[in-house]
Amino acid sequence: MKFGVIVFPGSNCDHDAYHVISKHVGQPVDFIWHRDTDLSEYDAVIIPGGFSYGDYLRAGALARFSPVMNSVREFADEGNLVLGICNGFQILCEAGLLPGALIRNRNLHFICEHVNVRVETTETPFTNQLNGGSVLRIPIAHAEGNYVCDDETLDELQREDRIVFRYCDAQGVVSDAANPNGSRDAIAGICNRDRNVLGLMPHPERACEDLLGSTDGRDIFRSLAATLAATV
Amino acid sequence: MKAKVYVTLKPSVLDPQGKAIQHSVELLGFAGIADVRQGKYFEIALDGSLPETEAREAAQRMAREVLSNPVIEDYRVEIES
Repeated sequence: MKFGVIVFPGSNCDHDAYHVISKHVGQPVDFIWHRDTDLSEYDAVIIPGGFSYGDYLRAGALARFSPVMNSVREFADEGNLVLGICNGFQILCEAGLLPGALIRNRNLHFICEHVNVRVETTETPFTNQLNGGSVLRIPIAHAEGNYVCDDETLDELQREDRIVFRYCDAQGVVSDAANPNGSRDAIAGICNRDRNVLGLMPHPERACEDLLGSTDGRDIFRSLAATLAATV
Repeated sequence: MKAKVYVTLKPSVLDPQGKAIQHSVELLGFAGIADVRQGKYFEIALDGSLPETEAREAAQRMAREVLSNPVIEDYRVEIES
């Protein structure tokens, strides 16, 4: 199996994602420049965090027009796995691969801290090695992570079990106080209808080393690898 | 010819920046403010090669597909000849 990490001008978590795939997943991984369009040799693509195009216009808005994004759309349509982290989640929403949008945090602050998220479903290629309802301690680092969508979309996400992570407290209780950015329904991550595209605001790639204070992110990448091992 | 595009948050979307701005202008002593909403304004200079109807259509497409995010924002286009 082979992973690709897409690099836009302004991506800054690309090396973290690369490191996790090569060191902790132990699989080959390439950087993919945003002008490249051939994804045929990859089994999974990660759209990393950062500030693509300096967050000009809206976070993720301009990255959507990079040549690689047409290929990512086709790649996803073919059922391949796409993981968008932080700015990657924003890009996937702007590109219409995931519903909704991410707006300014309700307290207006750039928030950089470890938060707790609850695993809401294990029925995805990204969470099948996790325990449903378990709490992961993973950092967030964003100013625009406040998930919004209309009532119809929220209803659809809930009904189709597509809310993958919710912000919660250390005991796994979802509450307004445990919601760092004001996201609707405490949403931290969602998947598409076919469940092969996941976007989340927390950074699991920054939670894979004891040195960094948490290794809770590893099982997300292990799930990805386990899924691919079973299919590729 | 110039296209002016106004992008505003949909009424249903909360605007924390607008709220902070409202608070600041109230601190300056301005009273009677019911609400402040922050938006974006774009001026697109056109070279005049398109007739006005087509220029308007082009600007509307730009507003819809690039300048605004239809999930959270509305837009309005004006053409100034």
